[in-house]
Amino acid sequence: MGTVDLSVYRKDFPMLDGKTMNGHPLVYFDNAATTLKPRKVIDTVLKYYEEETTNVERGDSALSALVSAKYENVRKIIAKFIGCDPEEVVYTSGATGALNLLAEGYGMKFLSEGNVILTTEEEHASNLLPWFRVCERTGAKMRYIPLTEEGRVTEENVRSSMDEHVKIVTLAGVSNVLGYEAPLKGIADIAHEYGAVFAVDGAQAVPHFELNMKEMGIDFLSFSSHKMCGPSGAGVLYGRKELLEKMDPANLGGGSNARFDRYGKIILREVPDKFEAGTQPIEGILGMGAAAEYLMEIGMDKIHAYEKELRDYLVKRMEELPNVKVYNPDAETGIVTFNVEGVFPQDAGSYLSSRGIALRSGQHCAKILPDFLKVPGTVRASLYFYNTKEECDTLIEALKTCTVENAVDIFI
Amino acid sequence: MNSMLKDPGILREIIMDHYQYPRNKELTEDKGYKKVHMASDSCIDNIYVQGKVEDGIIKDLRFDGIGCTISTASTSILSEMLKGKTVEEAKHIMQEYSRMISGEPFDEDLLEEAVAFQNVYRQPNRVHCATIGLHGIERILKGENDDE
Ligand SMILES: Cc1ncc(COP(=O)(O)O)c(C=O)c1O
Repeated sequence: MGTVDLSVYRKDFPMLDGKTMNGHPLVYFDNAATTLKPRKVIDTVLKYYEEETTNVERGDSALSALVSAKYENVRKIIAKFIGCDPEEVVYTSGATGALNLLAEGYGMKFLSEGNVILTTEEEHASNLLPWFRVCERTGAKMRYIPLTEEGRVTEENVRSSMDEHVKIVTLAGVSNVLGYEAPLKGIADIAHEYGAVFAVDGAQAVPHFELNMKEMGIDFLSFSSHKMCGPSGAGVLYGRKELLEKMDPANLGGGSNARFDRYGKIILREVPDKFEAGTQPIEGILGMGAAAEYLMEIGMDKIHAYEKELRDYLVKRMEELPNVKVYNPDAETGIVTFNVEGVFPQDAGSYLSSRGIALRSGQHCAKILPDFLKVPGTVRASLYFYNTKEECDTLIEALKTCTVENAVDIFI
Repeated sequence: MNSMLKDPGILREIIMDHYQYPRNKELTEDKGYKKVHMASDSCIDNIYVQGKVEDGIIKDLRFDGIGCTISTASTSILSEMLKGKTVEEAKHIMQEYSRMISGEPFDEDLLEEAVAFQNVYRQPNRVHCATIGLHGIERILKGENDDE
C-alpha cells in the first residue's frame, strides 16, 4: 500500500496466520486494548520458561547470572527506545502500576493542601483515580484543562490553566478515546516555567511513535508492554533521575532494600532498584525488551506514518457511509472512534464481532468523556502497523449491514 | 409451548418491539416505590429500576435509563411479565429465566415472550445485558432501595 508498506511484518504474528472468529478471518482492530505478539516476543518468553528459568539478581548460579544480565539489559533497550538513561527505567506491572507508583511515591509525598494537579477530562481511569486519592489524602485539588471543540489539548489551554499552585501536570500522550497526540514538548516547557513536573501517560503513545524523554523534557512516563507487542504484566515508569531519587517506593520488601535491622531501620537500594520489591514478572520484562527491539527494527517513524495513512484510508471510507459518524476524523494515530446511526454501540460491537472483527464499544475507561461527546458510548477501531487496507475494507462492508435488526439476529 | 415462539422471525420481532417501544420505561414520583440503580462497569448500560410491592404482590415495575437492545428489551419484557404476580410466583419465573440465560433447561411455558432470549448464552459477553433488569428486580424484591 501507499508510501510505506509494512505488510511483510504480518507473517511475524501467529495470531494473523489464518485465525478465524465466528467463522470469519479474524480482523484485529482492538490494538488500543492490547496488541498481538510477534514470534520474537513469544520465543523470548518461552525460552525463559524452557531454558532459562531462575530468579534474577539473587542467585549464585551461572544461569541466574546469565538471566540477570538479560533482565538488566532490558533497561538499556528501553532507555534507547524512549531516550533516557537505563537507571531511569523502573519496571512496573504496566501503565496502571506505573501511574499508581507515581501518585503514591511522588504525589502523596510532595503534594499538600493548596496544590493543584492539572489534567484533562479525557484521561483513562488509571490516570485519574490514583490522583483522586492523592487529593483526598493530601488536600490537593484536581483541575481540568479545557479541551477544544474537537477534544484536543492545546498549549494555549494548558497555559491558561497554569498558575503557581500547579505542582503536577499529568495527561495522556495520546487519548485512548480520540487518538489525538498532545503537544508534549510545548506542554513540558510550560509546566517547567511554572515549576511543575510533567508526567505523561504514554500507554497509547509509546507503541506508536518515537518519544525522547531528554529532548522533550518529560519528567515521568508510564506505559505497558502489552500495548506494544510485548507480554502483559510488565510495564515501565520512567522518571528523571533526581525525581526518582526523591520519590518513595509504593512497595517494600525483598530486592528493594540494601539492609534493615530489627528496630525497623531500612536502607533502600539505589534507583531504580528501590522501587522493585519482590520478584518482578521476569519473562514479561524479557519479552518487553524483545518487543521494544522489534519495534525499533521496524522503525517508529515508519510505524507512525503507516498507521496514519491506514487510518486516513479507513476514515475516508467510513465517511462515505451514510450510517456512520466518526468523532475524530483528524486524529494522528490509529484510533478511529465512531457510532453507527441508530445502533447502540455495544450492539454494533457484537454484530461486528459476529463478522470476525474484534474491536471495542463503550466508554473506554474514560468515564467523563461521554459528557463531552454527548453520547453514552462509542465504538472504537484501533489500528496498528500489521493491519491492512483489506481489513479496513472488511470493516466497511460489515458496517454497511450493521443495522439493529442484524445486531439482534445474532441472539436469535 | 406456543409454536410461534420457535419462529426466529417472531423472536426477533419480540426483541425489536420491546427495544423500540419499551413498556414501563418511565419512572414515577409516586409513593411506595423502591428504586435501584443498575450500572455495569464493563459496558454502557445504566438503568434505574423501580417497583412497588404490596401484600406480597408486585403492583408495579418500571425502569428508565440507557441500554442496548438486549438490556432494554429484556427489562421491558420482565417488567410486563412480573407485574401483578405474587413475589413467590415472580421468584419462580425469574429462576427459570436465569436458567435459560445460563443455557440450562428451563420451563418454556412459564417464560412466555422472554424465550426470545433463549440463545443469549451463546454470546457470553452479552449475558450481563440480559440480566441487568433481572438483577434490579431481584434487588427490589429483597427490599433494597438506593434512594434511602
Ligand atoms: C491512556 C491509557 N492509560 C492507561 C491505560 C492502562 O493500561 P494498563 O491496563 O495496561 O495498565 C490504558 C489502557 O487502556 C490507556 O489507554
